[in-house]
Amino acid sequence: MTASDTALAEQENREQVVNDFSITIGTVNGSGSQTSNLTIIRSIFKMGIPVSGKNIYPSNIQGMPTWYTIRVSKDGYLARVPEPDIVVAMCPESFQEDVDRLPPGGLLIYDQGIRAEVEREDIFSYPLPVQKLVRASDAPRNLQDYVANMVYVGALVALLELEIDKVHQALDFHFSGREKPVDLNYKIIQSTAEWCSENLEKVDPYHLERMEATKNLKLVSGNEAAAIGAAFGGVQFMGWYPITPATGLADMLKVYLPKLRKDPETGKNTFAVVQAEDELAAIGMAVGAGWGGLRAMTSTSGPGLSLMTEFAGLAYYSETPLVIWDVQRVGPSTGLPTRTSQGDVIMAHYLGHGDTQNILLLPGSPYECFKFGWRSFDIAERLQTPVYVLSDLDLGVNQWITEEFEYPEVEMDRGKVIWEDDLEAFEGDWGRYLDVDGDGIPYRTVPGNKHPESAWFARGTGHDEYARYSEDPEDFLKNMERLRKKYETARSLMPEPVLDEMESAEVGILAYGSTDPAVQEARDHLRDRGIPTDSLRLRAIPFTSVVHEFIKAHRQIYVVEMNRDGQVHKLLSLEVPEETGKMVSVAKVDGLPLTAEWIVDQIESMEEK
Amino acid sequence: MAKRGGNGQNELGLTKDEYRGAPSTLCKGCGHQSIANQVISVVYEMDVLPEKIMKFSGIGCSSKSPAYFLSRSFTFNGLHGRMPSLATGAVFADHTLKAMGFSGDGDTASIGMGQFKHIMRRNVPLLYIVENNGVYGLTKGQFSATADQGLELKKQGLNPYMPVDIVREALASNATFVARAFSGDVKQLREILKAALSHEGIAIIDIISPCVSFNNQDDALHSYSWGRDHEVAIHDLAYVPPREEIEVDYDKEVMKKVTMHDGSKIVLQKIGEEHDISKRVDAVNLLDRADEEGILLTGLFYIDTEQPSLIDIKGITEEPLNRLTNDRIRPSREDLQDVNEMLF
Ligand SMILES: Cc1ncc(C[n+]2csc(CCOP(=O)(O)OP(=O)(O)O)c2C)c(N)n1
Ligand code: SF4
Ligand SMILES: [Mg+2]
Repeated sequence: MTASDTALAEQENREQVVNDFSITIGTVNGSGSQTSNLTIIRSIFKMGIPVSGKNIYPSNIQGMPTWYTIRVSKDGYLARVPEPDIVVAMCPESFQEDVDRLPPGGLLIYDQGIRAEVEREDIFSYPLPVQKLVRASDAPRNLQDYVANMVYVGALVALLELEIDKVHQALDFHFSGREKPVDLNYKIIQSTAEWCSENLEKVDPYHLERMEATKNLKLVSGNEAAAIGAAFGGVQFMGWYPITPATGLADMLKVYLPKLRKDPETGKNTFAVVQAEDELAAIGMAVGAGWGGLRAMTSTSGPGLSLMTEFAGLAYYSETPLVIWDVQRVGPSTGLPTRTSQGDVIMAHYLGHGDTQNILLLPGSPYECFKFGWRSFDIAERLQTPVYVLSDLDLGVNQWITEEFEYPEVEMDRGKVIWEDDLEAFEGDWGRYLDVDGDGIPYRTVPGNKHPESAWFARGTGHDEYARYSEDPEDFLKNMERLRKKYETARSLMPEPVLDEMESAEVGILAYGSTDPAVQEARDHLRDRGIPTDSLRLRAIPFTSVVHEFIKAHRQIYVVEMNRDGQVHKLLSLEVPEETGKMVSVAKVDGLPLTAEWIVDQIESMEEK
Repeated sequence: MAKRGGNGQNELGLTKDEYRGAPSTLCKGCGHQSIANQVISVVYEMDVLPEKIMKFSGIGCSSKSPAYFLSRSFTFNGLHGRMPSLATGAVFADHTLKAMGFSGDGDTASIGMGQFKHIMRRNVPLLYIVENNGVYGLTKGQFSATADQGLELKKQGLNPYMPVDIVREALASNATFVARAFSGDVKQLREILKAALSHEGIAIIDIISPCVSFNNQDDALHSYSWGRDHEVAIHDLAYVPPREEIEVDYDKEVMKKVTMHDGSKIVLQKIGEEHDISKRVDAVNLLDRADEEGILLTGLFYIDTEQPSLIDIKGITEEPLNRLTNDRIRPSREDLQDVNEMLF
């Protein structure tokens, strides 16, 4: 017996592995594998098992290797794990690489049309005669390539006990109940499952088993959630330009708005979506609409946000409300267009030349994408300023488990917009930039107001309290001070951070956005290794007093984020300079979502010092 | 003229003063000032409430001029070259308002060429005026993209490049109203402005508007004297307001009457050769010949009143979107329940 044989024998004696493993599926992109992958994750979800799926795809339309990683965790840990327990190898180009990634005792399911046999003896492996199975099916010739990927779904049905009725349910959802494609795909899955049962002997330890952990929960992407949120936030104007990974948000708005936002009386639209010629125009239109009194938004990603800079500054300085979604991808420059990051925080916060300071919302789940989807409009209109919602590719594009969306608990806040009657009350002394209430937020009128004193001249040039052109140093100072005051007012409107405490924790982890699953898992491991931690998940900038208190209350603060430079760590150092000594940046971006393992390693090694 | 109220009031009871703006800071004699004055007259004469107008502009001397007229109209003086996008979003706020955009040749034909092209493609209901002086006035006289080849300016030297022609660009981009005027010919300018304000779609007017500080030598294409000596109108254009019968005796042969959506009419009387304003090629041919002859052609080159505007295309409510109450823009609890049920 070789060493590897021994390892395998040990594995065989090992206990069964139920609902606690990860699968990496390597396929050729553009081959329809996305449908198969979604079908698998949806089926597992409907079996009641906590599951997550991450698409690791190339910036390419057809022909390059693409991976989908699925994590199944009975304990509810849904962050990415570095290496898979199971590999489904369907891509010739990445075949060897994918096989090599398996640890001893891992499970390989592969297309024997790519390689008849694999050399590794320390793993379990099942070859699939993909071509034969597809040929044997009654799929029309022109669709055979497309449905070939359903073969591995069938294999998982037989080998992992993925429930076939759940698979049917998933297909039914995917194809919106259209019988033809559902049947076509289902049949291949079924026949493959039968073939596997007849021809393969199950020797590996991996199993799926029904649970009750996903009851009343939903599986949805952040982009879809954001679009639904915006629809319930009353979005009236959306200007956008296609860019990965933000496109899905606009796509979803185009699905939901016609369903939800036709005027019941007239059947006319209470919204407009315009695909602009570029991001300059996309935000320009949104600024025009926001100035006009509409709930306006745009969505983009890094390169688009760079283009939007000049208008961002204009919106800030003219005090025009709008919502800007940045579904972050990896920069600098075009960077890794199909990979995730949190690299735009500092840029978005200061977007615009001169002294600009912007409001950021940081959703950490699809649920919050929905919530901030509507709430961002309230904040933008209340503060008369652009609000940036920073999602990312992982959150925006991948399917995440979420609670059902809850109806906005508060009335819509349209801010200090005044109409004809309100103007009368000002008795001739209304000024667009007059700070009447002492909160830095002036009153504004919008076009269509027929009061003879309602009009004002919006501009990006220096202005006084009555929106008149001014180069007077006093006017300039006063206006900029008011804008600063408005920023202070903003703190009271920000969603508070989410706190979680552990007994006798001395150190705190401060993180935000899509890294949350990895952070929470890391905390459990750290506790097991004798390092209990408290955690604060930031949901907005400006920071609130809760953030200050959290930092003060801990010996050490680890700021975990998915960028190179520790961008929130830097912003916190500016916010609480007296505490910089205790704040440590735990930051990394390589395109892949952070893993708990990496966070644990980082913090453990620093705690040991 | 329509019956006016007494004391210089129009039908709304407003005097011309109520259509003016802040004191101008343009150079004395600047062509842009003359355009500003005509806009004041036209809106006053058309009995449009200033609050029913929105103005937009980019950056430049031309773009800052909206401060000097219609101060009772909402205005957004935005970014260099980006007036079109700003206006595109804003027209959705209240589509019952008339939108007017003011730009320069630098603002439109250089930095803003992209947005200029796309606003025409979408047929945004906007009167888009290019105050064309062949130079960047505000940054002290550099050549703009419309400067003529061979133009020589003291500080800039010789312009070696071929010019961009706003009218040809507009024709090529399917603009639904394309005209050229000369700010030294206020009578025609007024009529064209009125016609353009009645157009429900994008109306481009290229107005040759001399910059007296940087490009007004007698032989320069964008100068007053050259314009005066070389302007040739392609027709005599008269605007007839809605409800008013055409009973005037025209001194020339009437070639065509175009009825606008608001019921007003554009009456074209023959001057020289007949020109069909429903054919883009005719306009282009005419322009080519004008170049050969070295003349400045003005008038309405093309009109199409049939194309739907962006507002029509998007099928929005009759009521201005910015007047919709909260309950009409937030779907119900039941709707959210349905959405939740639809999700997987
Ligand atoms: C992004 C940007 N680049 C450059 C400028 C500087 N700038 C101001 S006005 C102008 C040119 C304006 O020329 P034009 O549109 O022809 O207007 P005119 O002054 O001739 O009426 C330039 C380049 C600016 N304001 N913004
Ligand atoms: S510089 Fe030229 S364009 Fe500017 S105001 Fe003076 S004359 Fe007019
Ligand atoms: Mg100019």
